[in-house]
Amino acid sequence: MRSRVAQALLPPLATFILANLVWETLVRALSVPAYLLPPPSAIVGALARHAGTLARGIAITGKAALIGFALSAVAGVAAAVLMSSARWVERAFYPFTVFLQTVPLVAIAPLLVVWLGFGVTPVAVAAFIVSVFPVIVNTVTGMRSTDPALLDLFRLAGASRRDRLLKLRLPFALPSIFAGLKVAAGLAVIGAVVGEFVASYAGEDAGIGMLVLTYSRESHTDRLFAAVGLASLLGLAMFGGVSLAAWLALRRWHPSENSASP
Amino acid sequence: MSAPASALAAPVIRLRGVRRSFNGGVVAIDGIDLEVPQGEFVAILGPSGCGKSTLLRLIAGLDAPQGGEVVVRGGSALADRARLAYVFQDAHLLPWRTVQRNVELPLELAGIDRAQRSAAAAQCIAQVGLADAAGRYPAQLSGGMRMRASLARALVTDPELLLLDEPFAAVDEITRQRLDEQLHALWAGRRVTVLFVTHSISEAAFLAQRIVVLSPRPARVVADLPDLDGAARTAVLRTEPAFNDLVRRLHAALAADAGTP
Repeated sequence: MRSRVAQALLPPLATFILANLVWETLVRALSVPAYLLPPPSAIVGALARHAGTLARGIAITGKAALIGFALSAVAGVAAAVLMSSARWVERAFYPFTVFLQTVPLVAIAPLLVVWLGFGVTPVAVAAFIVSVFPVIVNTVTGMRSTDPALLDLFRLAGASRRDRLLKLRLPFALPSIFAGLKVAAGLAVIGAVVGEFVASYAGEDAGIGMLVLTYSRESHTDRLFAAVGLASLLGLAMFGGVSLAAWLALRRWHPSENSASP
Repeated sequence: MSAPASALAAPVIRLRGVRRSFNGGVVAIDGIDLEVPQGEFVAILGPSGCGKSTLLRLIAGLDAPQGGEVVVRGGSALADRARLAYVFQDAHLLPWRTVQRNVELPLELAGIDRAQRSAAAAQCIAQVGLADAAGRYPAQLSGGMRMRASLARALVTDPELLLLDEPFAAVDEITRQRLDEQLHALWAGRRVTVLFVTHSISEAAFLAQRIVVLSPRPARVVADLPDLDGAARTAVLRTEPAFNDLVRRLHAALAADAGTP
């Protein structure tokens, strides 16, 4: 078990260390100015010096991203269930969900500020808007692909609409729902960061998106790198959380999660 | 051994001039008449794609005929088919449920309480020889075991009419013969009417009291061989002259029709 974990972790870790060594060496050898490309050591230094600010930023952005993601999960699955309840509901609403996918978030964020003011609410809503579409699409697809023989079986058994949904169609769609949630987790972080660009203040309660903006204006490129790295880690952590939940829910029966560990 | 059909009782299934065609004008079934008395084991034998499955779906009430009538247990509504069980070509178990919970499903959907359905399911699982695998998930079972779980799920409601649509077509020959023997023993122990659709001549000859031979599409009845329950149906039967004689007659019935368009 331990050796398998080592086997999975060692190669990417080695790549990471090697890439940083090359980066550090090249930046020093070629005397690249720090405001253009700081060496990894400077980024680590910035991370240490501004740990408090950055940690608070990650907590604030993480909260908004989590709220938006939770909204996406609940509203996305609910919308998909509603749309699959009747053909006409699907025809009436499904095309408009594509709008959520194509709307340029940066353009709509100022509108969110007009409606919701500044703070965590518009940021969470921005996270929701970009992350709900994959949940809807994957849930609808999963429920549509329910084994027709099993639908016949439920019909013959005189199953209620409720039983058909809860005992057949939703469980059948679960692997697809998790696939949608995995995509949504990363998107929610992106949505929150972009939302903060527009809908938050610089200052005590600055999220990671606001910090990225501030550092870039001040040409603190080393801090900028640290903030961007942390934002990526936040997305990675949320993706990992969903993957773990998927593994726990599906490992016993679904081939996609049949491996020994997540 | 054989379940004697009372001549006075109304047939469990009565088909009159049943017709069904699909979009594009493909006629699947063209005028089938068939009566099946209570307790009979009938095999419907015909080539692949001849409309056997369509016929079974019509009897189950999953599909409606365009001509003629389908009467099951005296009625034509889905409610009249309450005591009917259907076994598909593949097991079609719910992958997220164990064998035990899969077999319980029809009782659960019918609103039977937990203790009762758990006991009934355990009994049926034991009858098909899966007691040791009751706690396992479908992905952990072989094809033959999955099919036996599917059979247990069909039997758990104690149906009056059991419809099987080429149920063992996907398993290997050796497993299939064992499943056939098991199915026959289960039928002999209950008084259930069985309609068994197959494209296997030897399987029909081995299992059935009566064999209805269908033509290629559009399906019509080309031969109806009743009263086949002479010998005990054990593995030995397959090597006896009478069995080979029946197989020859079925070949002849299928071949005689193959010439006509």
